Order: sequence, then C-alpha cells, then structure tokens
Amino acid sequence: MEIKRAAMAGTLESSDAQVTVEPGTDGIELSIESSVINQYGKQIRKVILETLDRLEVSNGKVKVVDKGALDCTLKARVECAVYRSNDMTENLPWGGVIR
Amino acid sequence: MINAVGREIPEEVLAATGKKVFEGAYAYDNYEYKKAAPTVRAMVDPNRSKMVSSIREALEKCGIRDGMVLSFHHHFREGDYVVNMVMEEVHNMGIKDITICASSLGKANDAIVPYIEDGTIVGIQSSGVRGKIGEAISTGKLRDLAIMRSHGGRVRAIETGEVHIDIAFIGAPTCDEYGNCRPNGGKSDCGVLSYAMADAKYADKVVAVTDCLVPFPNVPASISMSDVDYVCVVDEIGNPAKIATGAAKPTTDVRKLMMADYCTQFVIHTPYFKEGFSYQTGVGGASIASTISLGKIMEERGIHMGFGVGGITTPMCDLLERGLIRTIVDTQDFDLGAIESIKKNPNHIEISASEYANPMNKGAYVNRLDFVILAALEVDVNFNCNVVVGSDGMITGAQGGHPDTAAGAKCTIVIAPLLQGRIPAICTNVTTVTTPGETVDVVITDYGIAINPRRQDLIECMKGVNLPFCTIEELRDKAYSIVGEPSPVQFDDRVVGVIESRDGTVLDVVRKIKEFTFDD
Amino acid sequence: MFLNCQKPSLIKDPYIYGPDSIMLDLEDAVAENQKDAARYSLYHALQEIDYRGVERVVRINGLDTPHWREDIRVCVAGGADTIRIAKTESAQDVRTVEEAVLAAEREFGRPEGSTLLMAALESCRGVLNALEICESSERLIGIALSGGDYTKDLQTKITGTGVELMGARQHMIMAARAAGVQCWDTVFTNLDDMEGFRKETEMIKLMGFDGKSLVNPRQIRVVHEVFTPTEKDIIFAEKVVREIDDKKAKGIGVFTVDGKMIDIAFYDGAKRTIELAKASGVYEGDL
Repeated sequence: MEIKRAAMAGTLESSDAQVTVEPGTDGIELSIESSVINQYGKQIRKVILETLDRLEVSNGKVKVVDKGALDCTLKARVECAVYRSNDMTENLPWGGVIR
Repeated sequence: MINAVGREIPEEVLAATGKKVFEGAYAYDNYEYKKAAPTVRAMVDPNRSKMVSSIREALEKCGIRDGMVLSFHHHFREGDYVVNMVMEEVHNMGIKDITICASSLGKANDAIVPYIEDGTIVGIQSSGVRGKIGEAISTGKLRDLAIMRSHGGRVRAIETGEVHIDIAFIGAPTCDEYGNCRPNGGKSDCGVLSYAMADAKYADKVVAVTDCLVPFPNVPASISMSDVDYVCVVDEIGNPAKIATGAAKPTTDVRKLMMADYCTQFVIHTPYFKEGFSYQTGVGGASIASTISLGKIMEERGIHMGFGVGGITTPMCDLLERGLIRTIVDTQDFDLGAIESIKKNPNHIEISASEYANPMNKGAYVNRLDFVILAALEVDVNFNCNVVVGSDGMITGAQGGHPDTAAGAKCTIVIAPLLQGRIPAICTNVTTVTTPGETVDVVITDYGIAINPRRQDLIECMKGVNLPFCTIEELRDKAYSIVGEPSPVQFDDRVVGVIESRDGTVLDVVRKIKEFTFDD
Repeated sequence: MFLNCQKPSLIKDPYIYGPDSIMLDLEDAVAENQKDAARYSLYHALQEIDYRGVERVVRINGLDTPHWREDIRVCVAGGADTIRIAKTESAQDVRTVEEAVLAAEREFGRPEGSTLLMAALESCRGVLNALEICESSERLIGIALSGGDYTKDLQTKITGTGVELMGARQHMIMAARAAGVQCWDTVFTNLDDMEGFRKETEMIKLMGFDGKSLVNPRQIRVVHEVFTPTEKDIIFAEKVVREIDDKKAKGIGVFTVDGKMIDIAFYDGAKRTIELAKASGVYEGDL
C-alpha cells in the first residue's frame, strides 16, 4: 500500500503507542521513541517493520511514540494509521494482511 | 570476582574501595570489631554559646575544608531544605571534594546537582537517590563511586568507622540553644529523628539546624545536647506539606486489593501468625491494603501484634489505637496520622536506626520480625530483588530497610504487580541485585504467588490453601509470554556506584548508562 | 464486564480478575472517530491475547449506525465467542445480524453457527418484543437489559430503588425463561455504593436473572458471592437429588427432606444449584 496522506493512530496513554505516517519516496524512514526502549527497542522495531512489510508499505515516514504497548497494540496502531492514510475503514482484509 | 549472588564484581572496584565481595546474608554473624569514635571538642566553659547566626558561620566554626564528609538525615523526605541550604553555602565558600553521607536523598535535593557537576561534591553515600541526583550518578557525573547502603548498613558503616563523618547537619523541628533536638512541636514536625542518631554519636562536629528554637531544656531529646556542637536557627528547615502528607486514601485498585488479599491469606496461614506476632510493611497501596485487611482478621480471631516496625503510616496507628498492636517501634513517619500517633500514644515509640536494622550491633529489631511486606521493581528467578535501578538503567530508588528487614524477618513477602506497563517485574536476572534472594521467601503478584524453594517449610504449610501458587519461573514465563522477553539494558563499562550489602561487602555494582542504540 | 476496546491497558489482562465473560466494547465507550482504531485493537486482542477461557463477547455498534457491518466482520474474523447486538428492537434485528454473521463466517472460513449472539434490549419496544427476540435465532443465547437507555425511553431515570426497571426486568426474565435462553441484568454504575450494588445483585438473583453486567472489576467478587450457592444450599440440594433418585426407584412421589415437603418439581432446581456450585468452584461432592 501507499501512504497517501499524513495519518495518525493511537494515544500517548500508558500501554498505548501513537503512530504517525507521512508520504515518502525513499524507503521507510522510521523513528521510534519509547518508554521501554532499553528493553524492547529492538522488538518494537521488528514488529513495526514486519507490519509495514505485510501491508506492503515500502515508502514513507513512520514515527512511533511508544508508551509500553504490547506487540498486538503496536500492530493495531500501525495498521490503523496506514489504512487511515488511504481513507479505508470498510471491507478490510482481516486475517489477510491484517494479522 | 563473582559473588554469592552471581554478580561479577570488577577487581578495580574492590581495589578502590577496599571492600570484599558478598559471601551470603549471614556470613558476618559473630564478627568482632572495635567501634569507631569521634573527635570531641569539650565544652567546659558554661559561658560559651552554641548558637551560630548562619550556616556559613557553622561551617566555619566546624573547620570546613576540602575533602570532608558531611552527613544529613532524610526525615523531611520530599520537603527537605537542609541539604540544599548547607551545600549551597559550601559551594559559595569555594569548598571542593565533599562527600555527602545521607540516610537518603530525594527529588527535593535536585538543586545540588550543579555542585556535583562543578566538583563541590565528589562522593555520595546514601540508601538511594531519586530524581536528578540519580541521573547525575547514572550518567557518570559524580567523580567517586556512589555507595548505596541500607538503613542498617549505614549505621554499621558509621559505627565500624568505614565512613567517618566530619560534620553532621541535623535538621531539628525543635531545638533549644544548647542543642537538644526533638522531632515534634515545631512547624516542620517529622515524628522521629531515628536516622540522625548515629550521626550525632559518631560525627566529629554536629550542627543542629532548626526553624523553631524552644526554651531549654527541650526534653525528652531525640538528639542530646551532649553530642551537639552548634545550633543554627534558619527560616525554614523544610516544607511541612511535603514532609508529612495526609494519610493516603485506601486504594480502590482491584489489582492491588487482590494482591493485598493474597498477602493477608498467606500471612494468616503461616505458623508465625499467632498472638504476639511482629510485622512491618511499606507504604505502597497493596501493602497498606494488606495491613487493613489483616487488621480485620486479627480482630475477628482476637490475635494481637506484639510489635509493629517501620516506616509508619496511619493504618498501622489505627491498629494500635484499636488495641490490636501492643507497641509500634518507629524509625520514620510517612503521614500526619503517624506523627500525631507518636506524639500522643505512649505505646508508639521512637527507636534509632541502629536499634532498627544495624546488622553489626548486638541485635536489632529486624531480627525479631516475623513478617515483612515489601515491594520491588524487579525480582529474578533466584528471588534477588532490585529496588534501586530502574528498568532504563537509571538509579531511581533506595534500598531503605529492604535488605535489613528481608534478612531479619522469618517470613519476607515481596508484593509486585507482574507487569508495569510492558516491563515484567519477574525476570531471569534483575538489572541490579539490591536484596539477596536467599532472604526473600515469597513473591506475590496479581498472576500468582511463588514461594522460594529454600522455604520447603512454607511450601508445606501452604498445601491445601486456596491461593494461586506457582513457581517463580512460571511467573516469569507468564510475564514473558505477554510482553516478550526483555533485552538486557545496555550499559557502559564504567562503574558509577556500588550496592553495598548490609555487612559492607559488595552485592552488585551500577554502571554508567549508555544511550540506546539498535546496534546494527 | 465491559471493557473499552480503544484502551490497550484495559483489554490486556482483564481475566486476572476472574470475570465469567468480558464484553469488549466497540459501541458507546469508543468515540465516533475512533471506531476504526478500536477494530484493529479488537482483532489483535482476540487473536493474540490468551483470555484463559473467559468468554469473549463483543458489543457491536447499533444497526442504525454505519459501523455494524464491519464490526461483525472483525468479530467473526477475530474469533469472538459471542456478539452482543446493541439496541435490539425486534426479531428482525437479530436475523439481520445473523445473516451478516453467517456471511462473515463463510468469508473467513469459520464454522457456520460458531458465533453466538446476545441481544441488548435498550428501549420499550425492545423490552416488549422480548419473547420474539428470544425466539428469533438458534444462535441467540440470551438477552440483557440496558437500563440507562431503557429508562430514557421510558422518560424516567435510574433511581437506585429499582422501581423504574421492575417491569422490564420481570418481563424479560419471563420471556427468556419461556424461550429457554439466559437473561442478564443491567450495570450498576455507582462504584462507591458497594452495599447498594450487593442489594441490587441479590434482588435480581431472586428475580431469576442469570447474571449481571459490570463496569468495574471491583464488582466481580460481589456478584460471585451472591450467585455462589451457600454450603447449606448445596447440602440441601444434594439431599434432594439423592432422595428423589432413590424414592423414584421405589415409586414414592412425595416425601420430606429436613422437614420440607419435596416432590419431583424440586429436582431441576436442586440440580441447577449443584451445577452452579460446580461452576463457582465450590462443589466438592460427587453428583
């Protein structure tokens, strides 16, 4: 998928993450800020990149501000931001690229 | 060299401090030593005054010079003004290379960080530090190794002469002009002055700092005039609103209540829960809730507590008022209710930090404890606890009486929610060992309860008790299955702090933190 | 117990409090502009969080909103146990949802009929149509009262006395029993009034309800305490079951247990007490 416009999902509450996506042309430009970066930084990055890869997003700026979210929340926020940037809210591929 | 809790202690740290590695919580039983003694300047002339007009004058008369050790107590908690006011003056006088030996330091003392940066302060010895001082130490700004000692360990260090205090500054809510100090009756009441008692006895010079001068004699005195050199009156020694807050509302957080309930059920099913038992608890929501629910069962069954220790809060005082506790022995008051209680209830008494927890006197209260209920940032599968270093590697807490009470009590219970956000409290290896696992008997989490396999007797008496028992490894695995296995925090090689065991050996070291990198 | 799908900290581990079922909410608790976000969270929660045997019910948005179709798709794809239909007014509402559920089951390869339904009655019309709603679908396991919306429709309010809900409660429980489905009571929102909560729970249990909807884990223990049979109840029920089994074989129809006159009509009730005791984890007998 393409990131068509800037979009955001999630909050800065504890156990949540706020994900912002913006259009880009030169690959994925990922920035991660996290309250648990020391212990889960690598895991967070892995989950974000895998989720983007499943959604076939290969270009764009992705900013994650994590407040200790579990992997399932990170995925949910990335997917939400990407689909929002495409203005899609219905007939989503549950169990397909969203998994 | 690897110590008894499996931590590698670098040789250069042992060489620099002259310390040995930790060999076990009870390795120094029967250890003999000669106590240190202060240098005393006699007060023979009855016409001489102890009053000084300023902190500066006190410092001058005490002969302040580079490299000295200054001591402070932390009874004013987050409302303390004394440390900052003294260190500001030391700084203004251009004095360098000072070591602070405090019973604890908190966010109230953030203001001394610039003096760490400019070399006024080069050493810190404390039960722990929070706020910006912790950051300063963890980021390597302090010249010398920071030394973290338990409350009992601090008195031991002072009494054995491991640390020699040149000048002790004792914030006193009331004081007379000859130096008799009391913790109550002024504008900044703090209930007790337990942690300052060793300082008064072992420092060469002792300065009482008060904001409420009272007529002589101010008795019964917690700190006696016979140990005090100078008395300095200042406008404010602390912020009363932050020294003692109102009693915390009992928690309504179901998770904490659930853990409190587990704790109470565990306590009452041990053989130690009987007439005259002894008990200490902390100030966390779950600890306080378990005190309240234990009180109900004590009342129902007509069982009385022989003595309660601590760290006192209103709920313990309520049990005293209701006749459910015979005596409270107190080393610190956490709220106004506790301060009021010690003022008016003759069965609520002040004890010294040495009586409380010193492992090397002839017997401390902690040794007589049946139960202690503690908290922890992390507990590992060997039951080692960490209460000092945060999961980000930053020093952010204090040992306090944790290792002392754990070593002393017959049943040491640690309550911790399994997860704090994403951070698991039960892990394979704690970031830093601050209380050895051999002294920790039970870990209670919201997901289950693990008994230390060393305590087969407790495991045996819990058979048939309807509580969610499991192994500590199962707790860790549950945590990891939910949040994933944490990577170890990345540290620099440089050691910035030493976690001292109660007996003065090295339990662990704290290293300088390193900016997180994805290292690829 | 209701949980907002949009709050990761809430849906992470509610099972530790020991509820019988959790109600993951896509409806009222989720702001209108976060409906989409809540679905992603729901999907991954259903797929990846081990709720340890706790029934996972999802409350979907009403049929008068643009959200319910996608809500159903995500529920079925994620594998929710039960879908709670908000604002159910008629048997047709249930059948409309049922069709969409079946389509989703086919789309996502779930066994047909595996997704159960429960209907929330939130209006006078819904309450009056309780019986036809209860009988509308094989998938429908029960009905639940939603007191807040219902009293609004009734042009009154929740008073705490229960008088405003009396008619609806009795009507609904009768309809549910007639149709052989379950019936759950509405929430009690004043968390500071635990005594009032206990009284209301005791009352609805006496009225015949099978359970109560909760807004906070603090309430779970009270409901379990009220609904768990006492030792006395269990012992009596055991005696009744054994005596009836015994006397039936001997051809005796009416007899006494502990001085009370007993006949076959007591059999099902006694059995239910024992089943409830088993479900509550307090039964140690061998019936």
